[in-house]
Amino acid sequence: MRGVLWRLAGSLPALAAVVVVTFILTRVLPGDTATYFAGPTASAESIAQIRTALGLDRPLPEQFWSYVVALFHGDLGMSLTTGQPVLVDILARLPASAELTLCGLVLAMAVAIPLGIIAAVRQGSLADHACRVIVTAGVSLPVFFTGLLLVYVFYFLLGWSPAPLGRLDAFASAPPTVTGFYLIDAALIGDWETWRSAFAQLVLPAVTLGLFALAPIARITRASMLAVLGAEFIRTARAAGLASRTIILTYALRNALLPVVTTLGMVFSFLLGANVLVEKVFAWPGIGSYAVEALIASDGAPVQGFVLTMAILYVALNLTIDLINRALDPRARQA
Amino acid sequence: MHRRSFLKALPTAALAAPLAAPGIRKAAAQAAPTRNETLLLVQEYGPNSLDMQGIGSSQPVNGVALNCYDRLVRFKRVKLDDVTTSFDINALEPELAESWQEASDGTSVTFKIRADARFHGGRSVTARDVKWSLDRAVSIGGFATTQMNAGSLEKPEQFVAVDDRTFRVDFARRDKLTMPNLAVTIPFVFDSELAIRNGGGDPWAKEYLKNNVAGGGAFKVEAWRPGTETIYTRNDDWKNGDLPKLRRVIARDIPSPSTRRALIERGDADISYGLPPKDFKDLADAGRIKVAAVPVPNAIWYVALNSALPPFNNLKLRQAVAWALPYEKIMQASLFGRGVPMWGGPATPAALKWPVPFPYSANIERAKALMAESGVAPFSTTLLFDAGSGTIAEPMAVLVKEALAPLGITVELNKIPGANFRGELNKKTAPMVINRFGGWLDWPDYFFFWNYHGNNSIFNIPSYQNPAMDRLIDGARFAPDAASYAQNVRGFLELGMQEVPFIAIAQPFHDVAMQRTIGGYQFWPCREPDFRFLTKG
Repeated sequence: MRGVLWRLAGSLPALAAVVVVTFILTRVLPGDTATYFAGPTASAESIAQIRTALGLDRPLPEQFWSYVVALFHGDLGMSLTTGQPVLVDILARLPASAELTLCGLVLAMAVAIPLGIIAAVRQGSLADHACRVIVTAGVSLPVFFTGLLLVYVFYFLLGWSPAPLGRLDAFASAPPTVTGFYLIDAALIGDWETWRSAFAQLVLPAVTLGLFALAPIARITRASMLAVLGAEFIRTARAAGLASRTIILTYALRNALLPVVTTLGMVFSFLLGANVLVEKVFAWPGIGSYAVEALIASDGAPVQGFVLTMAILYVALNLTIDLINRALDPRARQA
Repeated sequence: MHRRSFLKALPTAALAAPLAAPGIRKAAAQAAPTRNETLLLVQEYGPNSLDMQGIGSSQPVNGVALNCYDRLVRFKRVKLDDVTTSFDINALEPELAESWQEASDGTSVTFKIRADARFHGGRSVTARDVKWSLDRAVSIGGFATTQMNAGSLEKPEQFVAVDDRTFRVDFARRDKLTMPNLAVTIPFVFDSELAIRNGGGDPWAKEYLKNNVAGGGAFKVEAWRPGTETIYTRNDDWKNGDLPKLRRVIARDIPSPSTRRALIERGDADISYGLPPKDFKDLADAGRIKVAAVPVPNAIWYVALNSALPPFNNLKLRQAVAWALPYEKIMQASLFGRGVPMWGGPATPAALKWPVPFPYSANIERAKALMAESGVAPFSTTLLFDAGSGTIAEPMAVLVKEALAPLGITVELNKIPGANFRGELNKKTAPMVINRFGGWLDWPDYFFFWNYHGNNSIFNIPSYQNPAMDRLIDGARFAPDAASYAQNVRGFLELGMQEVPFIAIAQPFHDVAMQRTIGGYQFWPCREPDFRFLTKG
């Protein structure tokens, strides 16, 4: 427990650095927020008025001070692109991204880990080559392409998938927010019609993301399994005549899982922020497209809020992974 | 602002979502508009506010102003073709006002407000509400104030609430744009009592009105999730026009154009707003989907040449470029034919309107001769365009680059993200820019005032300065009679074509794709869809 607190305290300087760097970055970017939001037929005066209203005419240290003070009150500022407080936006959009990413990740794990194990155990076999092909394809096909392809085949041609309109069909209504995950919230109130609608909407984007996440997980599983299978304790186990299933699943896999779990954490945090293109194709109201749209509009507050949220998530995620690793591997507990 | 907005944000964050959902359920249970009374519209992005007068409101907010609020008057609706009804900018129809009378001395206009006009809350609309709303528009700053000023609506003193139902506008000067400017989306009428009550001390209730509709229009906002969807329900007690046929409109934000196209082709979406011209062309050719094509009034795609700085301050060089551009190729490869050609016209303007075809066309011999006359040695330059309009501007830029190479002009393309684009324009140093502009008030002098006048607004991208031009523009804006107006308009059109700081390419179409079952499409200067006239089934 004490270790956990130390870890948390240790991440504070990193978070502070993130606050400073994102603030400076959004200010030195060449875009002019005031001119952008003044809209067409803006006069120099109206641009100046907007600049004053946004506080962009004040000196930088003063702007930074008010930003930090607001931050300590939990205020991330206002988004100009959506017109809402950034905190509200992020709280509304993070669950959407998290639900999609988690589903994609679980899907990828379900395929990639067995695939990696088989490829490692039967090195050079047909399964190994298949693994290599799938991995290469998963990495080299851009997500927006797989996304559009899936939409074209399963929605446009076959009509199996519902219209890619976002998290819910246009005529369904969102379940009352508890976790923000529609699948969980709908299940909580037993609204299975909404649950099915949310699930149907989720399938194609989750598969798109899953295909992309497949590659690093399968590769790392294979590599780490190979390393472990070549280790002396496995040879000993084999010599002792243990069943090969026991050797692979109980001894080898458990030891090989450490790097896999670490990779999973990285893949998750990467997907969460980087699935912008999937979000665009499927009109998913997620956090990645939110940040990119804000960036294009030189809208500083959402960008800062996004980076900060991601930094906090990353810290939390690393902590979780450490805890999982400790549970998996007694050696990590002692370290 | 930070602290206050946070304190407000918390309850919103905690309550908004759980409350919104049961709200939808209840509405659905009571009224149950059928799917035939519900319209599903898909668009690239939705409103960032519910208050079109507020600073920084995006283009779709016009739709909220149009459907959820009323103005005193609107433009007279005129049938354009089988699909579209457009408008006559010179004639007005009653909306909130049942009648109006201009004073015989031409210094004011007096409106009579409908006796049965009510806000959504049920209160009667009074002249005080109209005054508060127009005062707000001229005082709030930003785009709303600029737009009001464009029609000489400048000070709150101009707006007088004579009695509950009588409202007067005193003219600042004789300006033909004053009356039409009362019919654009900006001067809409708020429930001022409701707004002030919830304004929290802000005299213009900016924060409240950004997130709430306080009006009396034909629709109410049932739910607004920025970046996701806006849901409108009909105001069944609306008396300022025929009751709309649609009872509910769901406007979903679908960023990917490919997805929007799939949705409309599969028949899941009723209307798709904003597709790239190629998709519209395909849909129009295929003929299964109805496509409304309106040449956007007052608007052109153009190439601007910086007339204040070398090398394009050389008139012959500008003309050489104008004779070198591959107009037909641009029309086919970048606009896919979705526009009206603005090249190959007669030497003097064919009509006294805007836009009107320029006398240039692709003629490389003439271009080379003019280039030689100009005495400009081969040079390199930069062509800027907005990344946001890249689907059209990028192929256009590539074709321009190719076409200018034989003249010895090496063009480097510079694609600039939206936020930086206006900043770049403000610097007034860009040598060549591809852009599109059109004013809401469709008069030639209005376009020329913004784009060619020596006051050098941001839209005078070539930084064109010419006292003779200014005299002609000002002469037309405040012309005492039709003859002098015509003379001045002819003058500045000819001068503009002769001096070519802007090379006109085409007047773009405003394209909207809809299912065959959708009728009553209405086009307004703000270009947003008007749900009041749409029908389904």
